[in-house]
Amino acid sequence: MPHNVLMPALSPTMTEGKLAKWVKKEGDKVKPGMVIAEIETDKATMEVEAVDEGTLAKILVPAGTEGVAVNTLIAVLLEEGEDASSIAKSADAPAPKTVTPANQPKADATKPAPTMAVVQPAAAAPKAEGSRIFASPLAKRIAKDKGIDLASVKGSGPHGRIVKSDLEKAPAGTATKPATAGAKAPMMHATGPDAKALADAYGIPYKLVPNNGVRKVIARRLTESKQTIPHFYLTVDCELDTLLEVRKQLNDSASGYKISVNDFVIKATGLALEKYPAANVSWTDEAIVQYERADVSVAVATPNGLITPIITDAAKKSLKEISSQMKDLGIRAKEGKLKPTEFQGGTISVSNLGMFGIREFAAIVNPPQGAILAIGAGEQRAVVKDGQVKVATIMTVTMSTDHRCIDGAVGAEYLQVFKKLIESPMSLIL
Amino acid sequence: MSEQQFDVLVIGGGPGGYVAAIRASQLGMKTALVERENLGGICLNWGCIPTKALLRCSEINHLLHNLDAYGFKADNISFDFKKIVDRSRKVAAQLSGCIKHLMNKNNVTVFDGHGKLLGKGKVAVTKDDKPVAEIKAQHIIIATGARARVLPGLEPDQKLVWTYREAMTPTEMPKSLLVVGSGAIGIEFASFYLNMGAKVTVVEVMDRVLPVEDVDISTFARKSFEKQGMKIITSAKVVKLNKGTNDVEVEVEVAGKIEKIKVDRVISAVGITANSEDLGLENTKVKVDRNHIVVNQWLQTDEPGVYAIGDVVSGPWLAHKASHEGVICVEKIKNLPDVHPMKVENIPGCTYCMPQVASVGLTEAKAKEKGYNVKVGKFPFIGNGKAIAMGEVEGFVKTVFDAKTGELLGAHMIGAEVTEMIQGYGIAKTLETTEIDLMHTIFPHPTLSEMMHESVLDAYGKVIHM
Repeated sequence: MPHNVLMPALSPTMTEGKLAKWVKKEGDKVKPGMVIAEIETDKATMEVEAVDEGTLAKILVPAGTEGVAVNTLIAVLLEEGEDASSIAKSADAPAPKTVTPANQPKADATKPAPTMAVVQPAAAAPKAEGSRIFASPLAKRIAKDKGIDLASVKGSGPHGRIVKSDLEKAPAGTATKPATAGAKAPMMHATGPDAKALADAYGIPYKLVPNNGVRKVIARRLTESKQTIPHFYLTVDCELDTLLEVRKQLNDSASGYKISVNDFVIKATGLALEKYPAANVSWTDEAIVQYERADVSVAVATPNGLITPIITDAAKKSLKEISSQMKDLGIRAKEGKLKPTEFQGGTISVSNLGMFGIREFAAIVNPPQGAILAIGAGEQRAVVKDGQVKVATIMTVTMSTDHRCIDGAVGAEYLQVFKKLIESPMSLIL
Repeated sequence: MSEQQFDVLVIGGGPGGYVAAIRASQLGMKTALVERENLGGICLNWGCIPTKALLRCSEINHLLHNLDAYGFKADNISFDFKKIVDRSRKVAAQLSGCIKHLMNKNNVTVFDGHGKLLGKGKVAVTKDDKPVAEIKAQHIIIATGARARVLPGLEPDQKLVWTYREAMTPTEMPKSLLVVGSGAIGIEFASFYLNMGAKVTVVEVMDRVLPVEDVDISTFARKSFEKQGMKIITSAKVVKLNKGTNDVEVEVEVAGKIEKIKVDRVISAVGITANSEDLGLENTKVKVDRNHIVVNQWLQTDEPGVYAIGDVVSGPWLAHKASHEGVICVEKIKNLPDVHPMKVENIPGCTYCMPQVASVGLTEAKAKEKGYNVKVGKFPFIGNGKAIAMGEVEGFVKTVFDAKTGELLGAHMIGAEVTEMIQGYGIAKTLETTEIDLMHTIFPHPTLSEMMHESVLDAYGKVIHM
């Protein structure tokens, strides 16, 4: 029997992706586990493995096709002795899925892992991903025109159906997709002038760099964050001298690994949340989600843009574990080879620009998380102690916070705990 | 005299009141209804229903006088006017009986008499000024409706100057009559008597007939009525009636000049006034504005536990609006989830003149006034196969869309059977469909409803049969 190869869902949020590359050609023999294609989602490139044995008889979606919907028939495999005439029949018949993303259990390819659905809702979308949103045709039209994400709108019509009047209250520009597909789309959020039109008008030379998936996600999520999350900022100076001393001793005696200041910061971020769980929260309309584990998302710059791999349960992990895991995640993030489970989720984020000499900055909260720490450079500064000017290595940390779930005092207390951990680093080693 | 206690008491058994009572009972509330005259109210006894029975007869008369067009021949066509009127009364009686049955079936206790609020959830019922019952109820719904408005100098006298009541039950067919007011009621009587062979004059104070309808509808209707022989005087008012023994000389002022018209009878159809008097409202905090009871979107008055629905509150004064308000009111009392306030722009209106008129939503002018950039579609009956086959080629379907969102803002129809078709657009509006959904809807062929499709297509430059 011919086997249909369908576009797999590589993550719970994925509805479509780009068929980046066919690794196998028509006529190639494939075996279960063999990579047959590469698919680029909004966040990463994934390999698609064959599950069945046979010949790749027909490729239906050519490489480079963007916006291929999940479960679209992309190719047909024939078993030995079958000829192409049976393809047509097969294409209509429902067939079990015969591909699975590499490195993921087969079942995950088709249905969202339930644990992920919990930690990865779109910030303002309490509805389960993939569940049908009921909205009137007019409401859908208006949402599309205004760039409103219907998942973020509460319906007041029959059975919670979203109707026109619900959209009059909704904030514009939260849509997951631009109003029209492709390059013709206006700027994602139709507020403000179009840069391209202005550049054309004023004769400013430019070239166009197409938005890749990561870029679109950054634009969408951070716009959503700044527009919907009431941010406030807390800044604290941490003395780093003891930590640097401890780090030196650890690294001197170590072989095969080297712990970075950032590894300490990740550990301290997680441990401080464990000690002070009031800051380990996310806002939803129904209730505040208080996480019972501290998962730290660490911002990593990649050629494609920012991505945030996660150190799960950072409080429980040793510095050595964090260090080696971070190294691996960092490398794979830069190659675009992270699995969705490795960058979706997290209960707090850390962004460190200290290596560029940035003294301090304020980051944007990564929804649906409640806070992000922006880490500046550890640098020698003159500090006044007991009436005397002394030299100390200072690292300035700014916490950006979602005021809906973390009040000023709560944020401040969390930072106190964090600062204490950084300044007494032995507690991070134990 | 009995004293009884109910969860819900409805005063008035018209299409607002009896529907509210049935729904309340369905929801498990012990319900009573007070009616002083006939169950079914004006609508069923003196309005919508008996006039439709009469208009059916005038339609038949019209058809009988146009048999030749269909290849028939008949001589000596005549009618028995008494039988025609009797038939309409029988229809009303039959339906009123049905309402009585519905009350029994739904365990609604009916009190025959006049209800009056005593305050604190109490209502006294009297019949011919004799006490019938004193009723305690947690929720009291006033659904007492409305009656014909009386203009000074134009007071009905039951003989020469009629309201809808006399116009519906004449003992003989007047040879000529003058109708004051060209709203739905006036025009329906004008159309009925015209098609029964009377000489009919309509006097309208506004500059067009059916003034609440879209201008295109008014213009078309006027042409059609005039073609049928109706005399229409707009921007005019009746200033004096010189009554004779069996006729009236009507003085009509048009553009500063007086025109005298002699007719057998005058029908006054100058609007309605609410029945808000003698209800004991002075015992409550209920507010009344120009005779109509003031309510919020859930039909609640300012007095807790007292509600009002239908013609006694603000318009449009239509039976189906009253019924719908009754349901909203009761469901809100029961605090059901998913109760939604009435959307006035989704209430259709029908006028059963010949040709029929039906509409829902904004007129083109109103839409523009509200700042919409509109797309307008129009399709004539002459372009529709079924209309030609039926020999009903007069009329058109007009649709008004918001150019920006594709929202169907309004639909306006004139022609045969349009009153049966308007609910298609009503559903479309209620479901908030856009032009795309209407275009994707498959309309059966051959039907008059295909014009509804074509009109939408026309608004977007895609019309097929024109």
